[in-house]
Amino acid sequence: MAGRDEPVKAAPDTRITAGVIALGLIAILVGGAFAGLIAEGAGNLAGAAAAFDGYLFRIARFTLWQAALSTLLSVAPALFVARALSRHPVFFGRTLILQLFALPLALPAIVAALGVLALYGRAGYFADLLSVGGQNWPGIYGLSGILVAHVFFNLPLATRLFLEALQAVPSDQWRLSSQLGMRAPATFRLIEWPALRAALPGVAGLVFMLCITSFTIVLTLGGGPAASTLEVAIYQALRFDFDPARAVSLTLIQIGLTLLVVGALARLGASMTGDANLPVAPRRYLSAGNLETVLNAVLILLALAFVAGPMAATVMAGLGADLGRLAGEAAVRQATMTSLVLACLSAALSVAISLSLVMARRALAIRRRSERRSLLELLSDTGPAFVLVVPPIVLGAGWFVLLRHVADVFAIAPVMVVAVNAMMAMPFALRALRPAYDAASERHERLCAQLGVAGWTRLLLIDWPPLRRPLATAFSFAMALSLGDLGVIALFGSDSVQTLPYLLLARMGSYRTADAAGLALLLGLACLALVLAADRLGKGREA
Amino acid sequence: MNAVQKAASVSLDKVTFGYGDVTFSFDAMFEPGKITAIMGPSGSGKSTLLNLVAGFETPDAGKVLIDETDVTTSSPAMRPVSMVFQENNLFAHLSVEQNVGLGRSASMRLTPDDRAAVAEALGRAGLAGKEKRLPRELSGGERQRVALARVLVRDRPVLLLDEPFASLGPALRTDMLELVTALHAERGMTVLFVTHQPDDARRIASAMLFLEDGKVAASGPIEKFFAGTGPEAFRRYMGAETPVAQSRHVARKPT
Repeated sequence: MAGRDEPVKAAPDTRITAGVIALGLIAILVGGAFAGLIAEGAGNLAGAAAAFDGYLFRIARFTLWQAALSTLLSVAPALFVARALSRHPVFFGRTLILQLFALPLALPAIVAALGVLALYGRAGYFADLLSVGGQNWPGIYGLSGILVAHVFFNLPLATRLFLEALQAVPSDQWRLSSQLGMRAPATFRLIEWPALRAALPGVAGLVFMLCITSFTIVLTLGGGPAASTLEVAIYQALRFDFDPARAVSLTLIQIGLTLLVVGALARLGASMTGDANLPVAPRRYLSAGNLETVLNAVLILLALAFVAGPMAATVMAGLGADLGRLAGEAAVRQATMTSLVLACLSAALSVAISLSLVMARRALAIRRRSERRSLLELLSDTGPAFVLVVPPIVLGAGWFVLLRHVADVFAIAPVMVVAVNAMMAMPFALRALRPAYDAASERHERLCAQLGVAGWTRLLLIDWPPLRRPLATAFSFAMALSLGDLGVIALFGSDSVQTLPYLLLARMGSYRTADAAGLALLLGLACLALVLAADRLGKGREA
Repeated sequence: MNAVQKAASVSLDKVTFGYGDVTFSFDAMFEPGKITAIMGPSGSGKSTLLNLVAGFETPDAGKVLIDETDVTTSSPAMRPVSMVFQENNLFAHLSVEQNVGLGRSASMRLTPDDRAAVAEALGRAGLAGKEKRLPRELSGGERQRVALARVLVRDRPVLLLDEPFASLGPALRTDMLELVTALHAERGMTVLFVTHQPDDARRIASAMLFLEDGKVAASGPIEKFFAGTGPEAFRRYMGAETPVAQSRHVARKPT
């Protein structure tokens, strides 16, 4: 006797259908933005061409220049900090330092920017200290501000990635080196440097990519046309000058640049997303000499101070604000609600799209009988990576110029914020979901086929339990990203639709610094809680 | 449900199947109600053959017939077949009872009758008292017993065994083979048993299909294979360990 509720006939795999729908949504979002840009450019060829002026090239040059400097200043010290951490696998507070180094990834850019200002700004905590010889400290702004903030974000990221590379060295090599009596210089030359050099192009590429598409930092710390990047210029062209033709030209150059960088990165095999995992120190067999230990300690403490400084400043400045009054303000409450709702929706969309892609990719990979992948599988696999070529501002700009004739662009703000942020969180969500789903599928695929467990039953009964934690990780991380984002909302925000970062920017703009600091603390804590939750959920994986 | 049902024949009618550069072509008939051992070197296509019968793979050409019905394009769940794999027979997050229950209803809606059948099958497989356990709380042998209990509640006329006992020790393997023999005696299903162990094959199978290079190299009653005059390909596969060596006449033959 056969089971009662068998499927009627071998239906097409619903997972593939879901993947196709997900790809369709991505295509609509990206395609719509391009349609807007192309239509605008074609409709106003003269204007678009005229926008290619000296100003535009100056901005493009500055974009590259600040990204190159930021990369150099982040990556070069990171090499040595990572090495120092790897030389001392066990000491008090090491885990704490590594956890601290993971935090900037979670911190919204606008919060970090405020932290940097609170510390090194004209009225910052260090201002008195830095005002030497009767001259008032001018405060960091422009290039110096951008660089400090970028290094704050990327030095810890690069350090963690390099440390991972060092810890990937097989422990036999360390054992061998200590048995052969290698001293620090020899160990560095023969073991550490080869591992670091292999990781260097990927890490440098990732940091460069992050800096070239950095929007919030440049917007808040750049301060003026002398230190403006393409993304900020796009925003200004649309929001202030209302010069869509110029926005189109700027966007073209931005896409060209990111394409070049992404292409180079793909060549180098770099991972395009920072990792939220903490590397664990394996047992190691090495001993650093006294002098080296002191040097390493100084190096680690300096890096620690640099990273912890702005965070501490954020907390101190935030606590100095009148938090009670802020919490009672209708505008703040409204923005908090809007932020939470939009971030939740965006995270849900991001996770749904990512899961669909992961399932479709797996289903297609199982069907395939040869090495050659179908176009659909290729798209569901690498498609999301290409989304990175199109930064949020570019997507937003495209839709902005497309819709301004047909609708009130500010009314569609929620839709844009949700959709674009979902897209941006996708690479992270995919990284959390794909290994878990593929492993579960590896174990369950034939069993499900045999027993006829498919569709919703399969999703709820079979896939849900092992995916619950990775899904929660992906959701929290996507929500944190969306909550702290000041990209799309900067373009589409208005008095009627405000998120917390938007409100923060507005308060900064009207010189209500204490308010801004208080909001930054709230926003930072919310994102922190989410990312810690994501990390915790990701770690306690089921057997 | 314990009545011996009419046994089903299984045949592969000029089936070809390509994976990458490798091509398999199978033309074979398995007698109803018998246990047939399937042996052959690694990569000869043993698992592929089972996957074709189970429906996990679809032939490029040819037909798969079960009980004289063409099932070539049927989905795995539609075929009158149960399969036990070497591992991953159970969903790790579901209890023993739930894992077996899935064999009755793929959406886990169990009637009281179904529950009784599950309990009976678990008892039959020697798992009474372990209904609520999770797979990770069971030994390797017990996990395969759960899989066999599910075979019981599914009650399909064809059973495919893909080296299910390969990772078990000798004593456990003997127990499991006895359980399979008992189930076979009770239900009379057609069993296709892929194994690397000649002893296992001899112990429970009455027929043998020997594969080499993606084709059927030899087939026939199992005694023929172990009698010392077995097909040459099979003797080559067995190497020095073959009981064939007992016959000096054959042993001296150049190979």
